[in-house]
Amino acid sequence: MALDQSYVGRTYPPTAPYEVGREKIREFAEAIGDPSPAYTDPEAARAFGHPDVVAPPTFVFAITYKAAGIVVSDPELGLDFSRVVHGDQKFAYTRPVRAGDRLTVVSTIESIKSLAGNEILDIRGEVSDEAGEHVVTAWTKLVARAAGEDGEA
Amino acid sequence: MATEIRYDEVEAGTELAPQTFPVDRATLVRYAGASGDFNPIHWNERFAREVGLPDVIAHGMFTMGSAIRLVTDWVGDPAAVEEYGVRFTKPVVVPDDGVGAVIEVTAKVAAKLDDNRVRVDLTAVSAGQKVLGRAQAVVRLS
Repeated sequence: MALDQSYVGRTYPPTAPYEVGREKIREFAEAIGDPSPAYTDPEAARAFGHPDVVAPPTFVFAITYKAAGIVVSDPELGLDFSRVVHGDQKFAYTRPVRAGDRLTVVSTIESIKSLAGNEILDIRGEVSDEAGEHVVTAWTKLVARAAGEDGEA
Repeated sequence: MATEIRYDEVEAGTELAPQTFPVDRATLVRYAGASGDFNPIHWNERFAREVGLPDVIAHGMFTMGSAIRLVTDWVGDPAAVEEYGVRFTKPVVVPDDGVGAVIEVTAKVAAKLDDNRVRVDLTAVSAGQKVLGRAQAVVRLS
Protein backbone atom coordinates (compact mmCIF):
# COMPACT_ATOMS: atom_id res chain seq x y z
CA MET A 1 0.00 0.00 0.00
CA ALA A 2 1.43 3.35 -1.05
CA LEU A 3 2.40 5.72 1.72
CA ASP A 4 0.42 8.93 2.03
CA GLN A 5 2.13 11.66 0.01
CA SER A 6 0.64 14.30 2.28
CA TYR A 7 3.34 13.36 4.82
CA VAL A 8 6.07 14.90 2.66
CA GLY A 9 7.41 17.95 4.46
CA ARG A 10 6.08 16.87 7.84
CA THR A 11 8.38 17.86 10.68
CA TYR A 12 8.24 16.07 14.02
CA PRO A 13 8.84 17.74 17.42
CA PRO A 14 12.44 17.91 18.74
CA THR A 15 13.66 14.89 20.69
CA ALA A 16 14.60 15.07 24.36
CA PRO A 17 18.33 15.93 24.68
CA TYR A 18 20.81 13.06 24.25
CA GLU A 19 23.85 13.62 26.46
CA VAL A 20 27.04 12.43 24.76
CA GLY A 21 29.34 10.66 27.22
CA ARG A 22 33.07 10.06 26.89
CA GLU A 23 32.65 6.37 27.67
CA LYS A 24 29.92 5.96 25.06
CA ILE A 25 32.24 7.47 22.45
CA ARG A 26 35.02 5.12 23.60
CA GLU A 27 32.66 2.13 23.38
CA PHE A 28 31.63 3.11 19.83
CA ALA A 29 35.21 3.68 18.69
CA GLU A 30 36.19 0.25 20.06
CA ALA A 31 33.22 -1.34 18.28
CA ILE A 32 34.52 -0.10 14.91
CA GLY A 33 38.07 -0.96 15.98
CA ASP A 34 39.31 2.62 15.69
CA PRO A 35 42.23 3.41 18.01
CA SER A 36 42.39 7.17 17.23
CA PRO A 37 43.21 9.03 20.47
CA ALA A 38 40.90 11.87 19.37
CA TYR A 39 38.04 9.59 20.51
CA THR A 40 39.43 8.57 23.89
CA ASP A 41 42.10 10.99 25.10
CA PRO A 42 40.96 14.55 25.96
CA GLU A 43 44.56 15.80 25.66
CA ALA A 44 44.88 14.40 22.14
CA ALA A 45 41.52 15.94 21.23
CA ARG A 46 42.65 19.31 22.60
CA ALA A 47 45.78 19.11 20.48
CA PHE A 48 43.42 19.11 17.47
CA GLY A 49 41.63 22.15 18.91
CA HIS A 50 38.61 20.40 20.42
CA PRO A 51 37.41 21.08 23.99
CA ASP A 52 36.93 17.36 24.72
CA VAL A 53 37.05 14.00 22.95
CA VAL A 54 35.12 13.95 19.67
CA ALA A 55 32.97 11.16 18.27
CA PRO A 56 33.70 9.22 15.06
CA PRO A 57 31.84 10.66 12.06
CA THR A 58 29.11 8.01 12.01
CA PHE A 59 28.48 7.97 15.79
CA VAL A 60 25.58 10.42 15.52
CA PHE A 61 23.54 7.94 13.50
CA ALA A 62 22.60 6.18 16.74
CA ILE A 63 20.90 9.40 17.80
CA THR A 64 19.32 10.40 14.50
CA TYR A 65 18.06 6.89 13.77
CA LYS A 66 16.40 6.70 17.15
CA ALA A 67 14.82 10.07 16.39
CA ALA A 68 13.67 8.77 13.00
CA GLY A 69 11.83 6.06 14.91
CA ILE A 70 9.08 8.59 15.60
CA VAL A 71 8.55 8.77 11.83
CA VAL A 72 8.97 5.08 11.13
CA SER A 73 6.56 4.05 13.89
CA ASP A 74 3.98 6.76 13.17
CA PRO A 75 0.85 4.59 12.86
CA GLU A 76 -0.79 7.13 10.57
CA LEU A 77 2.11 6.88 8.09
CA GLY A 78 1.76 3.09 8.06
CA LEU A 79 5.30 2.01 7.14
CA ASP A 80 5.92 -1.75 7.45
CA PHE A 81 9.15 -1.64 9.44
CA SER A 82 9.73 -5.40 9.19
CA ARG A 83 10.47 -4.84 5.47
CA VAL A 84 12.68 -1.79 5.88
CA VAL A 85 16.32 -1.72 4.79
CA HIS A 86 18.81 1.14 4.93
CA GLY A 87 19.28 2.54 1.43
CA ASP A 88 21.52 5.61 1.66
CA GLN A 89 23.09 7.60 4.43
CA LYS A 90 24.70 11.02 4.36
CA PHE A 91 26.02 13.45 6.95
CA ALA A 92 26.99 17.12 6.67
CA TYR A 93 28.82 18.41 9.73
CA THR A 94 29.14 21.95 11.05
CA ARG A 95 31.35 20.56 13.81
CA PRO A 96 32.09 17.13 15.26
CA VAL A 97 29.92 15.65 18.01
CA ARG A 98 31.87 15.76 21.26
CA ALA A 99 31.63 14.57 24.84
CA GLY A 100 29.37 16.74 26.94
CA ASP A 101 27.08 17.67 24.06
CA ARG A 102 23.37 17.63 24.75
CA LEU A 103 21.90 17.01 21.32
CA THR A 104 18.35 17.28 20.06
CA VAL A 105 17.08 16.07 16.70
CA VAL A 106 14.30 17.45 14.55
CA SER A 107 13.20 14.91 11.92
CA THR A 108 11.49 15.86 8.68
CA ILE A 109 10.11 13.64 5.92
CA GLU A 110 11.80 14.98 2.79
CA SER A 111 10.24 12.67 0.24
CA ILE A 112 8.11 9.59 -0.23
CA LYS A 113 8.42 7.61 -3.43
CA SER A 114 6.96 4.38 -4.67
CA LEU A 115 9.13 2.40 -7.07
CA ALA A 116 8.34 -1.11 -8.29
CA GLY A 117 6.28 -1.69 -5.17
CA ASN A 118 9.04 -0.49 -2.87
CA GLU A 119 8.27 2.46 -0.61
CA ILE A 120 11.20 4.84 -0.38
CA LEU A 121 11.29 7.29 2.49
CA ASP A 122 13.84 10.10 2.87
CA ILE A 123 14.20 11.48 6.37
CA ARG A 124 16.35 14.47 7.31
CA GLY A 125 17.51 14.81 10.91
CA GLU A 126 18.79 18.22 12.02
CA VAL A 127 20.99 17.83 15.10
CA SER A 128 21.52 20.84 17.35
CA ASP A 129 23.35 21.41 20.62
CA GLU A 130 21.99 22.92 23.83
CA ALA A 131 22.64 26.45 22.56
CA GLY A 132 20.53 25.68 19.50
CA GLU A 133 23.59 25.70 17.23
CA HIS A 134 23.66 23.31 14.29
CA VAL A 135 26.02 20.33 14.71
CA VAL A 136 25.21 17.93 11.89
CA THR A 137 22.48 17.06 9.42
CA ALA A 138 21.82 13.39 8.69
CA TRP A 139 19.90 12.20 5.63
CA THR A 140 18.59 8.64 5.85
CA LYS A 141 16.95 6.79 2.99
CA LEU A 142 14.80 3.87 4.11
CA VAL A 143 13.40 1.36 1.65
CA ALA A 144 10.41 -0.78 2.59
CA ARG A 145 10.77 -3.70 0.22
CA ALA A 146 7.73 -4.78 -1.74
CA ALA A 147 5.73 -7.50 -0.02
CA GLY A 148 5.03 -10.68 -1.93
CA GLU A 149 6.85 -13.22 -4.06
CA ASP A 150 8.26 -10.75 -6.58
CA GLY A 151 9.97 -8.60 -3.95
CA GLU A 152 13.71 -8.22 -4.38
CA ALA A 153 15.89 -9.50 -1.58
CA MET B 1 41.90 22.31 13.20
CA ALA B 2 45.21 21.33 11.69
CA THR B 3 45.33 18.21 9.60
CA GLU B 4 48.51 16.28 8.93
CA ILE B 5 47.87 16.52 5.20
CA ARG B 6 48.33 19.80 3.37
CA TYR B 7 45.99 20.77 0.54
CA ASP B 8 48.93 21.91 -1.59
CA GLU B 9 50.56 18.49 -1.38
CA VAL B 10 47.50 16.62 -2.62
CA GLU B 11 46.54 15.98 -6.24
CA ALA B 12 43.43 14.52 -7.79
CA GLY B 13 44.24 10.82 -7.99
CA THR B 14 46.24 10.73 -4.74
CA GLU B 15 45.54 7.34 -3.18
CA LEU B 16 44.95 6.86 0.51
CA ALA B 17 46.40 3.82 2.28
CA PRO B 18 43.99 0.92 1.70
CA GLN B 19 42.67 -0.99 4.71
CA THR B 20 41.03 -4.34 5.32
CA PHE B 21 38.43 -4.81 8.05
CA PRO B 22 37.62 -8.31 9.30
CA VAL B 23 34.07 -8.85 10.56
CA ASP B 24 32.80 -11.81 12.54
CA ARG B 25 29.70 -12.36 14.66
CA ALA B 26 31.43 -10.97 17.75
CA THR B 27 32.18 -7.77 15.81
CA LEU B 28 28.48 -7.41 15.02
CA VAL B 29 27.35 -8.10 18.60
CA ARG B 30 29.78 -5.45 19.85
CA TYR B 31 28.62 -2.97 17.22
CA ALA B 32 24.97 -3.68 18.04
CA GLY B 33 25.58 -2.83 21.67
CA ALA B 34 27.61 0.28 20.95
CA SER B 35 25.22 1.65 18.33
CA GLY B 36 21.93 0.53 19.83
CA ASP B 37 20.93 -1.22 16.60
CA PHE B 38 19.67 -4.62 17.74
CA ASN B 39 17.92 -5.61 14.51
CA PRO B 40 18.11 -9.44 14.60
CA ILE B 41 19.25 -9.64 10.97
CA HIS B 42 22.66 -8.65 12.40
CA TRP B 43 22.95 -11.53 14.90
CA ASN B 44 20.19 -14.10 14.40
CA GLU B 45 20.78 -16.43 11.45
CA ARG B 46 17.32 -18.01 11.65
CA PHE B 47 15.66 -14.60 11.54
CA ALA B 48 17.91 -13.36 8.73
CA ARG B 49 17.00 -16.37 6.56
CA GLU B 50 13.30 -15.95 7.36
CA VAL B 51 13.38 -12.45 5.85
CA GLY B 52 15.14 -13.68 2.72
CA LEU B 53 18.78 -12.93 3.50
CA PRO B 54 21.49 -15.53 2.81
CA ASP B 55 22.80 -15.31 6.39
CA VAL B 56 23.43 -12.74 9.12
CA ILE B 57 24.57 -9.46 7.55
CA ALA B 58 26.72 -6.67 8.96
CA HIS B 59 25.16 -3.34 9.93
CA GLY B 60 25.48 -1.02 6.95
CA MET B 61 26.58 1.63 9.42
CA PHE B 62 29.43 -0.63 10.55
CA THR B 63 30.72 -0.70 6.98
CA MET B 64 30.21 3.05 6.62
CA GLY B 65 31.96 3.72 9.94
CA SER B 66 34.87 1.45 9.03
CA ALA B 67 35.38 2.87 5.54
CA ILE B 68 35.79 6.46 6.70
CA ARG B 69 38.76 5.36 8.81
CA LEU B 70 40.88 5.56 5.66
CA VAL B 71 40.15 9.29 5.63
CA THR B 72 40.41 9.98 9.37
CA ASP B 73 43.65 7.96 9.63
CA TRP B 74 44.98 9.98 6.68
CA VAL B 75 44.18 13.45 8.03
CA GLY B 76 44.50 12.84 11.78
CA ASP B 77 41.72 15.12 12.98
CA PRO B 78 38.31 13.44 12.48
CA ALA B 79 36.72 16.92 12.36
CA ALA B 80 38.28 17.41 8.92
CA VAL B 81 35.41 15.31 7.52
CA GLU B 82 32.74 17.85 6.56
CA GLU B 83 30.46 15.60 4.53
CA TYR B 84 30.19 11.85 4.17
CA GLY B 85 27.63 9.85 2.26
CA VAL B 86 27.18 6.29 1.00
CA ARG B 87 24.66 4.04 -0.69
CA PHE B 88 24.30 0.53 0.69
CA THR B 89 24.38 -1.55 -2.49
CA LYS B 90 24.95 -5.11 -1.23
CA PRO B 91 24.97 -6.61 2.25
CA VAL B 92 28.17 -7.82 3.92
CA VAL B 93 27.29 -11.44 4.65
CA VAL B 94 28.88 -12.72 7.87
CA PRO B 95 28.81 -16.53 8.22
CA ASP B 96 29.39 -18.23 11.57
CA ASP B 97 32.26 -20.31 10.22
CA GLY B 98 35.10 -19.21 12.45
CA VAL B 99 36.33 -16.84 9.78
CA GLY B 100 33.53 -14.36 9.03
CA ALA B 101 33.83 -11.72 6.34
CA VAL B 102 36.34 -9.14 5.21
CA ILE B 103 35.63 -5.62 3.97
CA GLU B 104 38.36 -4.23 1.69
CA VAL B 105 38.34 -0.45 1.37
CA THR B 106 40.28 1.77 -1.00
CA ALA B 107 40.07 5.54 -1.38
CA LYS B 108 41.50 8.28 -3.52
CA VAL B 109 41.25 12.02 -3.90
CA ALA B 110 38.74 12.46 -6.72
CA ALA B 111 38.72 16.26 -6.94
CA LYS B 112 40.21 19.34 -5.35
CA LEU B 113 37.49 21.76 -4.25
CA ASP B 114 37.64 25.34 -3.00
CA ASP B 115 38.44 26.37 0.60
CA ASN B 116 41.20 23.74 0.97
CA ARG B 117 38.66 20.97 0.62
CA VAL B 118 38.96 17.76 -1.37
CA ARG B 119 36.48 15.10 -2.35
CA VAL B 120 37.56 11.59 -1.51
CA ASP B 121 35.86 8.67 -3.26
CA LEU B 122 35.80 5.34 -1.44
CA THR B 123 35.18 1.79 -2.58
CA ALA B 124 34.28 -1.07 -0.25
CA VAL B 125 34.24 -4.67 -1.41
CA SER B 126 33.29 -7.86 0.42
CA ALA B 127 33.29 -11.33 -1.13
CA GLY B 128 33.91 -9.73 -4.52
CA GLN B 129 30.82 -7.50 -4.32
CA LYS B 130 30.76 -3.72 -4.03
CA VAL B 131 28.97 -3.13 -0.73
CA LEU B 132 29.02 0.68 -0.87
CA GLY B 133 28.07 2.87 -3.80
CA ARG B 134 28.58 6.59 -4.31
CA ALA B 135 30.75 6.62 -1.19
CA GLN B 136 32.17 10.12 -0.98
CA ALA B 137 33.60 12.36 1.70
CA VAL B 138 34.38 16.06 1.59
CA VAL B 139 37.46 16.72 3.69
CA ARG B 140 39.02 20.03 4.71
CA LEU B 141 42.81 20.01 4.71
CA SER B 142 45.34 22.47 6.09
